[in-house]
This record gives sequence, C-alpha cells and structure tokens, in this order.
Amino acid sequence: MTDTEAALKALMLLGLDGDAPAYRLLLSQLGGRLRVYFERRMRDAPGDVEDLVQETLMAVHTRRATYDRAQPFTPWAFALARYKLIDHWRRRKVRATVPIDDYIEVLAAYAPEPGSAMDLERALGTLPERQQRLVRDVKIEGLSLAEAGDRAGVSEGAAKVALHRALKSLGERMRGRADG
Amino acid sequence: MAVRTDDLIDQLAADPRAIPAGAVQRRFLGVAAAGGLAALVLVLAWLGTRDDLALAMTGRMFWMKALYTALLGVAGFWALERLARPEGVPKQALLFGALVLAAFVGMGLGQWLDADWEHRRMMMRGRSWSVCAAYILTLALPGLAATLVVLRGMAPTRPMLTGFAAGAFAGGVAATIYGLHCGESTMVFVGTWYTLGVLGTGALGAVVGKWVLRW
Repeated sequence: MTDTEAALKALMLLGLDGDAPAYRLLLSQLGGRLRVYFERRMRDAPGDVEDLVQETLMAVHTRRATYDRAQPFTPWAFALARYKLIDHWRRRKVRATVPIDDYIEVLAAYAPEPGSAMDLERALGTLPERQQRLVRDVKIEGLSLAEAGDRAGVSEGAAKVALHRALKSLGERMRGRADG
Repeated sequence: MAVRTDDLIDQLAADPRAIPAGAVQRRFLGVAAAGGLAALVLVLAWLGTRDDLALAMTGRMFWMKALYTALLGVAGFWALERLARPEGVPKQALLFGALVLAAFVGMGLGQWLDADWEHRRMMMRGRSWSVCAAYILTLALPGLAATLVVLRGMAPTRPMLTGFAAGAFAGGVAATIYGLHCGESTMVFVGTWYTLGVLGTGALGAVVGKWVLRW
C-alpha cells in the first residue's frame, strides 16, 4: 500500500510538472482503484460505477491545483471520490422522491427476480418452525430482536443467537441448491 | 455512458498544463488584490476618503482598526487555504480568527465598561453606526464574488463553512480599505460594527456558498 502511494505520488508530481506520459499512467492506475472503490460501495447500482469513475477522474484533472505536494496523494484522490459518491447518493434520493411516473419505473427496476423470492421461500420452509418464525419476524416483518424474542418467549440474546444460526443454515441450504 | 474511460484518460492526459507549487495560495492572493482594489475604487468614487486622512494616519487608532480587520482577513485566507482542498481541516485558522475577534471585541468591551453611561452611548453609535456594517458588506461584494468564482474551480467539500470563510476573507479586506473613509476612532465602535460587517459578509458567503460551491 505504501509502495503504491509512493508510486502514485511520484506520477502525480511529474504530471503536475507537465509530464504527459506519467500523468496518463497515473490516471489509468487510479481509474482501476476507483472502479474497485465504487463497485464495493454501489452493489445496488453497478450501472453507475463507471460514471462515477469518470466524474472522479475529471475532478482529479480539473482540481489538481488543490493537491498539496507536501501531502500524500491517495487520501486526496479518494476524498474527491468520496465527495462524488455522497453527491451521487444525494441526487438519487432527490430523484426517487419526485414524480409519480419515475416512481413506477423505480419500482419496476427494483422488483426482485421471481426466482430468488421463490428459492428463499422454499429454503425457509426446510428450517425448523421456530427458526422460520424468527427469520420472518425479524428479517421480513422488521421486528426488533427483543420483540421477536417476546413472541417466541425467549430473551433478546437467545433470539439473536437463534437468528444467527437460522441465517447460517438458510445460507447453506440456498448455496447448496445453487451448486446442485 | 457516453465516453469510454480509456478515451477520457487519453483526452485528459493529452496536454497537461503544468501547475506551479503554491497555486492555491497564489489564486487567493490574486483575489485579495482584486477585491481590495475594487473596494478602493468604490471608496474613492462613492464614499470619499475621510477629511483628516493624512492626520489620522499618524495616530494609533487608524492602524489598530486596520490591524483588526486585516487579521480577520488573514484568518479567512488561512481557512480558505485549507477548505479549498477536499476534506481540508481549518481548525487552527478558525481558532486564530476567534482569538483575534475575542481580543479586539474584548478591548472594546473594556473601553465600554470604563466609560459612564452617556459616553458609552456616544461611543457605541459614533456618527455612522447605522451604515458602517452595510458599507463594509457592500464594499466586500466584488471580492466575495471573485473568491467564490475561484473556489468553484477548487475542491471544497464543506460548502457553507467555505462560504463563510470566503466572506470573512473578503469582508476583512474590504473593512481594511473602508478605514480610509470611516472616521470612527473608538474600540467600542470598531469592535461592534466592523465585527458585524465582516461577520455579516461571512454569513452572506455561507448562504450563497451552500448553493454555488457544489461540483
């Protein structure tokens, strides 16, 4: 990591002095890292990842005068990326609350695939009944652990442990199905 | 997606103009010069200099006023130098500004406490209490606009705070120039109305910055 930082910083300093090949290498090295950064944080909207990579690269270019040569390069570049990511989330939220037609589109886009819901139901059906109810109460109906524990007549801590076990075996069953 | 990322990189790296070290500081110094000049032109063409300017410049109070507002401008400059960079932390600059403000307002308060009732009222109002802060804010407008334009090309991530620093910076410069017109000579007056003028410009900068300092 520190080697990477040293290399990127050296390329950036060359770029600031007008060295085009070094600057080109910097942008492509950084682009790959930005892609990983955004992919990890935008699993729900992978289609926007490349837009954000490009927006951040453009910000790096047009705002490179704000990089302080005495400071490390990576924190500066990822501060720009973080700003673009937050800005992106803010804009999406605004859009999602605006007109009715958009709302329908958003609903359609976010409807889960029919297959995945059915698989979940079937895998859930194979769990012991107490675990089934716990998973439904907490993960589907959105009750708190304490409330779900009350319903099942156990403490919050016991509900937490039981839920953890239930989710683990649920995951195993669903993976087993996918592999088989 | 309209452009492939590799093409974008080729485009950006085609001819990178060299950026000199200290580019941020240089741009703000340029803005300070331009904003100060604009305020000077406004004072000369609109308000006029004080009649006793030559005499006043030999006195202590003329320079105390200039020192106070210039130091507020320096605090604004220092804060901007941090805030213009992504996630920049302006803590020391803000602390410095607060100390300058506390010291001079404290001197004014001391002078006020020492005086009798009728004298207090005279010092507080002077001859221009009703226009002082508004004049400072008006003189600061060109500098504030220029500062915000420059900031739009930088990478501030806290728009309101950055706008406030921009206002304090432009307001400090303008208030220093305003001393060429203003004949008031008590710390009570300066600590109250000059402070309000500079902070008012800061507040205006914060409101405008919230909207224009997005990128």
